[in-house]
Amino acid sequence: MGMALTDLANPTRFLALVARALPWLAAATAIVMAIAFYLAFFGSPADYQQGSTVRIMYVHVPSAWLSLFCYALMAAASIGTLVWRHPLADVSAKAAAPIGAAFTFICLATGSLWGRPMWGTWWIWDARLTSQLILLLMYLGLMALWRAVDDPGRAGRAAAVLTLVGTINLPIIKFSVDWWNTLHQPASVFRLDGPTIHPSILTPLLVAAIAFTLLFVTLHLAAMRNEILRRRVRAMQMVAAQREMPAGAAPVPGE
Amino acid sequence: MFGSDPHTGFILASYAVTVITLGLVAGWIVVDHRTQKARLADLEARGVTRRSARGGDLAS
Repeated sequence: MGMALTDLANPTRFLALVARALPWLAAATAIVMAIAFYLAFFGSPADYQQGSTVRIMYVHVPSAWLSLFCYALMAAASIGTLVWRHPLADVSAKAAAPIGAAFTFICLATGSLWGRPMWGTWWIWDARLTSQLILLLMYLGLMALWRAVDDPGRAGRAAAVLTLVGTINLPIIKFSVDWWNTLHQPASVFRLDGPTIHPSILTPLLVAAIAFTLLFVTLHLAAMRNEILRRRVRAMQMVAAQREMPAGAAPVPGE
Repeated sequence: MFGSDPHTGFILASYAVTVITLGLVAGWIVVDHRTQKARLADLEARGVTRRSARGGDLAS
């Protein structure tokens, strides 16, 4: 195991592993996603209270879970960046941010589309919804920070600190429905006394969660590969720029 | 399915938002990969080599 992790720290070996794994992951994602959509539209009964809008839950809930999982992964990677300076930690965090932002946006948009017919409103400044919106802003802020600083090393360390500060929002999102009186319903799957959802609805939900997780892993590995290539391009462009610099010219300080 | 449900539009809009958003992310990743590969190939064609091809250093 330790040996495997050491091997993965080498970007060249990581790229070779990703090249082998991506086609299988993409195929597995497509198959499980097709099953999830079939179950969502044809296998799931209408809920006795929500009617057919329960089908929105099959994309809303997995997106919400992944929005939190993705940020937790970025936080773990940030520790890897700051403490161990693992060569792939910052790459992992940076590659995950846009994907996490996408899942957070889907969570908010589909929640709004469910809320209009069920609650009678598109949006309310309730603790769960507001903390989830803050998560989206955190993702967008981190993406902006990575773009604002040219040097990937400096950008990575600054983003790692900001990511770790932002982890305070994760328990707030998770427990907001318990700590405050919210319009958003409390947890119904991850509970100490077990899920409160009927198996006919829980099964499609869990299959959708597996499909979305496979998609996340596929997209994340592909985005990490792009980021490694981007850094190689940058390094080679700097070598080319130094080579083409006129003799006697001094590089600009800080460049 | 749920054709007679009065909220069909909300359900279809939710799936449309999901598919479009994830499709845009996946599409951007594919285009980005092609862009980086083309840039690498261009630099290599110009004779630019990495300082070290031993691996282990992202910027190498």
